[in-house]
Amino acid sequence: MVASSGVIRVVLPAHLRTLAHVDDEVTLHLDREATQRSVLDALEASYPMLRGTIRDHITQKRRPFVRFFACEEDLSHDLPDAPLPDAVATGAEPFLVVGAMAGG
Amino acid sequence: MSGVRVLVGTRKGAFVLTSDAKRKQWDVSGPHFGGWEIYHLKGSAADPNRLYASQSSGWFGQIIQRSNDGGKTWQPVDNKFVYDGVPGTHQWYDGTPHPWEFKRVWHLEPSLTDPDTVYAGVEDAALFRTVDGGQTWQELPGLRGHGSGPAWQPGAGGLCLHTVVLDPSDPARIFVAISAAGAFRTNDAGKTWRPINRGLKSEGIPDPNAEVGHCVHRIAMHRSRPGVLFMQKHWDVMRSDDAGDSWHEVSGNLPSDFGFAMDVHAHQPETLYVVPIKSDSEHYPPDGKLRVYRSRTGGNEWEALTKGLPQRDCYVNVLRDAMAVDTLDSCGVYFGTTGGQVYASADAGDNWAPIVRDLPAVLSVEVQTLPPSLAEV
Repeated sequence: MVASSGVIRVVLPAHLRTLAHVDDEVTLHLDREATQRSVLDALEASYPMLRGTIRDHITQKRRPFVRFFACEEDLSHDLPDAPLPDAVATGAEPFLVVGAMAGG
Repeated sequence: MSGVRVLVGTRKGAFVLTSDAKRKQWDVSGPHFGGWEIYHLKGSAADPNRLYASQSSGWFGQIIQRSNDGGKTWQPVDNKFVYDGVPGTHQWYDGTPHPWEFKRVWHLEPSLTDPDTVYAGVEDAALFRTVDGGQTWQELPGLRGHGSGPAWQPGAGGLCLHTVVLDPSDPARIFVAISAAGAFRTNDAGKTWRPINRGLKSEGIPDPNAEVGHCVHRIAMHRSRPGVLFMQKHWDVMRSDDAGDSWHEVSGNLPSDFGFAMDVHAHQPETLYVVPIKSDSEHYPPDGKLRVYRSRTGGNEWEALTKGLPQRDCYVNVLRDAMAVDTLDSCGVYFGTTGGQVYASADAGDNWAPIVRDLPAVLSVEVQTLPPSLAEV
């Protein structure tokens, strides 16, 4: 794993893009190691309206119907302080926040 | 000319319907927050351009939106609803203890005098308040903490605080209703509460003096007589003449006394409206006929209002927050259905016409009567 290049790309699901008033992927500047926690902390600092929509306000656990992907891997069950893949840390690949498919 | 603004919450977004005082031609705006469930939106009586909306989703949780311009633009405000102290437990469906967990805001009730103060009724049942326009929310913990909270049990729709009624004559007096705990009143602005369920009779509750456990669906009040309350219970339409200290049944000749929605005429405190629903397992009108029933005698004697409403093959429901009245001289009455229709009557219920027919399932309907300076159509 490598240290963050300083730029992290995050792709939000459509409903959260609307809520955050963004049209495309979000670019975050990170001065720490890229982990789920540090990326989501930075995301919520830039877009406070997203607090509570991806992870619980109190427990900080991922909401049940939200998933995290990157580099074609499901990272949803990784520990929040585990380093994200190098390609995410360097900005080469985005960190994907996905609303789980549900329905019938 | 004055106007009206009808605020409609649906399963897939919010809609704002506006008209002048004639209430014939309507402008439809929306969906706002498309794809999200809008359990309720309501305007401030102190500032009609200040609106609040409860937006939620099974994926992304609870959002509260605020508008300062009558619904043209919206800004998300704080969505953090944290129970005071150690939340404790209520009863689960099987009678076992279950931790209190926040799920969503069912009802937003703005203060009658301050646009920055709003009460929020939530699931699992509790009452929250903001005094800064939604920037922060605090629980009024005396309600859950008054003693019976651990015995509260959810109704089929969850353990939800769905009704908040403010007393226009006394800011310290508030009435709330919880499914399926019952009705409660505070006389000290939410510090302490007492159950007000005496006289309610519910199948499955053998103790006629049971303090809690009744499935109250809705409470309505006329602002000129805050001591007189009307209630649509799971079954039974009830009335109290002593601010909820005691209740008596006024179902009278209704074809079914099961239902959800209820309201009171804006200028006639003894005129009330309900929409009978067939039964607790058949949530549609009796005989496939959508009928509003009006009593001009404070209950017991009811007349069916049918002109303009479907009188065959109609199997929609009208939910508890989906009926409202305006305050124009000829009182307007409005309700929305789970089939996506919003009906309006500009003559107190004598004649009805749909404003819109094909919205997503309607969860809530509120009406604002606008002065000429704010009416746009």
